[in-house]
Amino acid sequence: MNIAIRNGRVIDPKNSFDRVTDIYIQSGKIASLGAVPPGFEARREINAQGLIVCPGLVDLSARLREPGLEYKATLESEMGAAVAGGVTSLACPPDTDPVLDEPGLVEMLKYRARSRNQTRVYPIGALTRGLKGEWLTEMAELHSAGCVAFGQSDKPLPNNRVLMQAMQYASTFGFCLWLRPQDVNLADGGVAHDGEVATRLGLAAIPVCAETVALSHIILMAKETGARVHLCRISSSEGVAMTRAARKQGLPITCDVAAHHVHLSEMDIGFFDSNCHLVPPLRSLGDRDVLRTGLLDGTIDAICSDHAPVDEDAKLLPFAEAEAGATGLELLLPLTLKWAAETKLPLVAALSKITGEPARILGVEGGHLTPGGDADLCIFDPDHYWTIEASTLKSQGKNTPFLGWELQGKVKYTLINGNVVYVD
Amino acid sequence: MQLPEAEDLLTVLTARIRQGISADTAVVGIHTGGVWLAERLHRDLQLALPLGALDVSFYRDDFGQIGLHPQIRPSDIPFKVEGSHIILVDDVLYTGRTIRAAINELFDYGRPASIRLAALIDRGGRELPIAAQYIGATLDVPPAKMLALEKKADGKLGLSLYDKRQGNE
Amino acid sequence: MSNNPQLNKSGQLQHLLTTEGLPASILLNILDTAEPFVGVTERDVKKVPLLRGKSIFNLFFEPSTRTRTTFEIAAKRLSADVINLNIAASSQSKGETLLDTVNNLSAMHADMFVVRHAQSGAAHLIAQHVRSDIHVINAGDGRHAHPTQALLDMFTIRRCKRDFHNLRVAIVGDILHSRVARSQIHALTTLGVPEVRVIAPKTLLPAKVERLGVHVYHDMAKGLKDVDVLMMLRLQNERMLSARLPSTEEYFKYYGLTPEKLALAKPDAIVLHPGPMNRGVEIDSVVADGKQSVILPQVTFGIAVRMAVMSILAGS
Repeated sequence: MNIAIRNGRVIDPKNSFDRVTDIYIQSGKIASLGAVPPGFEARREINAQGLIVCPGLVDLSARLREPGLEYKATLESEMGAAVAGGVTSLACPPDTDPVLDEPGLVEMLKYRARSRNQTRVYPIGALTRGLKGEWLTEMAELHSAGCVAFGQSDKPLPNNRVLMQAMQYASTFGFCLWLRPQDVNLADGGVAHDGEVATRLGLAAIPVCAETVALSHIILMAKETGARVHLCRISSSEGVAMTRAARKQGLPITCDVAAHHVHLSEMDIGFFDSNCHLVPPLRSLGDRDVLRTGLLDGTIDAICSDHAPVDEDAKLLPFAEAEAGATGLELLLPLTLKWAAETKLPLVAALSKITGEPARILGVEGGHLTPGGDADLCIFDPDHYWTIEASTLKSQGKNTPFLGWELQGKVKYTLINGNVVYVD
Repeated sequence: MQLPEAEDLLTVLTARIRQGISADTAVVGIHTGGVWLAERLHRDLQLALPLGALDVSFYRDDFGQIGLHPQIRPSDIPFKVEGSHIILVDDVLYTGRTIRAAINELFDYGRPASIRLAALIDRGGRELPIAAQYIGATLDVPPAKMLALEKKADGKLGLSLYDKRQGNE
Repeated sequence: MSNNPQLNKSGQLQHLLTTEGLPASILLNILDTAEPFVGVTERDVKKVPLLRGKSIFNLFFEPSTRTRTTFEIAAKRLSADVINLNIAASSQSKGETLLDTVNNLSAMHADMFVVRHAQSGAAHLIAQHVRSDIHVINAGDGRHAHPTQALLDMFTIRRCKRDFHNLRVAIVGDILHSRVARSQIHALTTLGVPEVRVIAPKTLLPAKVERLGVHVYHDMAKGLKDVDVLMMLRLQNERMLSARLPSTEEYFKYYGLTPEKLALAKPDAIVLHPGPMNRGVEIDSVVADGKQSVILPQVTFGIAVRMAVMSILAGS
């Protein structure tokens, strides 16, 4: 279908493009920006006056809870949340049930996701079987089945020799390892940052060194093996400094941060708000500020939602017993805009953290508006204020520390492959 | 309205009680005004048994409506209640509910041989079948008013009338 | 921090969950109210009819005969009906959630819940979800808070020392895992104690503990100097199984309260312990039974303080 999107402010970070113009979409591709393609006849016109048109968002971590965890969320509910959030591509971690450690499971997930003609789903394969940290999975087979990288999600890798061999094996094939740095023993039993709030509330703590010790192992082994590593959910200022230093040495390391870590700190736990039970834990205000610096100077490449819908019962428990995680697909855009507004960052720079940059890390097409590319777009109203409530979220998970917050920026249209898949 | 002098009433009350006391009579004042009166009675009547004091906050029947009173004082009954002849002393006798609470509390200390009641003023308005044996005076006070005993700087006692909601009249 | 979950709309105490964040006036009101209850517990009939007809549920998700008993006695002396539930042994093992249990009991017309739970924040969670006419008393949640214990300690200190404003208080032992220590620290600082010290090896101190308003010491000789009040903490045996401490013997040698170490404090210093004591681990028997020990009066005052808390809550 031919679609013309008129008079929107078109922002394409990858091409450093920021101008009010028209976009023409033909046969699922972006035909041109500005000039009408020869012979183009619009079947549908979208008036984007006052709206921003950007590449569809690319989310580096969104749990769809299928297979196996359908009581928390389903492919249907979470794909609906994704498009409502303007997310057109997402990477899903392997922590499903069963875990994504066999090609058949990956193919099934890809098939089920594709059949909905919605957000493109890129599975991260399990690095070890059952995520148990013992035997490597058949990475090459999993790659053929559709896995774009390999990781352990939030399951720790307790054995450095396994990590070393995983790096050697993955780098043999040029695969990237997605690792969340956390030392098993130092983090064991902890539920909150080892700081003032955990001390006050009497919560078992996770020290910063749980992140930095693991990070040092990863960096040293990446250096030795030459493996490509993507660091997931960095949380501490010291972790940012170490990542910056490693990148300065030229190591092939990329890094992301969860949107909630860009805004919140341990203080937001308040009186045991289980919606703030997150992994890694919310750290100090100082850490949060350094995460923001890391985003600005490029040490941190991307912001992800770290979407983890949790059923209500699992959150209605004492803080430590409550399941960790927050719903986030629909908040990725407004939280990124909020960060940009607070730091006076131009939108073109801010949006790159949720479009072009994560697409580069994933190694997939998309995340830009270059003519000829897939027409995956997000059209949002930057001036639309809305309150985050259970009723305003499409995701089956209503658990987020931002409940009750008023955020700016709402998705009005989402297009995938040139099809309008969401209209607000 | 014209209020009688508390000191005059106390003199009358003391004289009336004097006829009814024996060696095993004890006086127990109800906080706060009743305790001031009981102190004076105890001194003037030269009673042998030590003075008792009750704070009936834990026995009141309006706890469910208004909660615990602030500034509760400990009750102190420094003699053996079992078998004693007690004169309970309060400043103003009104609904009778405070006296009911005080009698209940006394019984938690033991079984007295008898309890009599002395009050400086009986303002009527009883809601329970309670009567005083010794009264300084009876006085008609409108229901919207609160009558209270006060201790002045010189230690003399005086009566004051308040609106139930506002301050001094 | 948002509005205080312990206070109702008119600023009265609705729940007692922690000593943190409560104004000194509320803490002092509890102590003042406890005074006349001490007299009640010394009478022939140790009972007042204040809470007649009220149902108080002791919800103990973590077994503790001792604490449960003190709450039970307090409630019974107020003439309330007490229902003891040892939940660790019943519904939780059948998969019923904490809030299921609480909702079920609320439907039985409970007026008050006394909650003991192994997880920090459990009492807050219950308070958030109960009917608005039900009061919750935290009888210990994980490492977080044990407010009635701290209040009875404050009551004991005030009885012995009269005033809080010129005291030097030292809390000794496993601060990291202690809900008692946290509640003591907040109560002491709120009541105006100018110098609160904590003394422990670094493995038993939580991060940034000085942010709670205390001075940190690792050496008993320095930490006990010129102290008016010593608050000893129980050392749980399971701490010995971890890498936090090498042995009870070494702990006793460096942090156990012996007559020699007590001599470093002021001559009229008093010694408190929340019980049950590990004699020869955190405290020497000579000190525990000595004339500076106020450990037994603490137990007596504990009943009066809990009666005060229950009456204030029931009347709010």
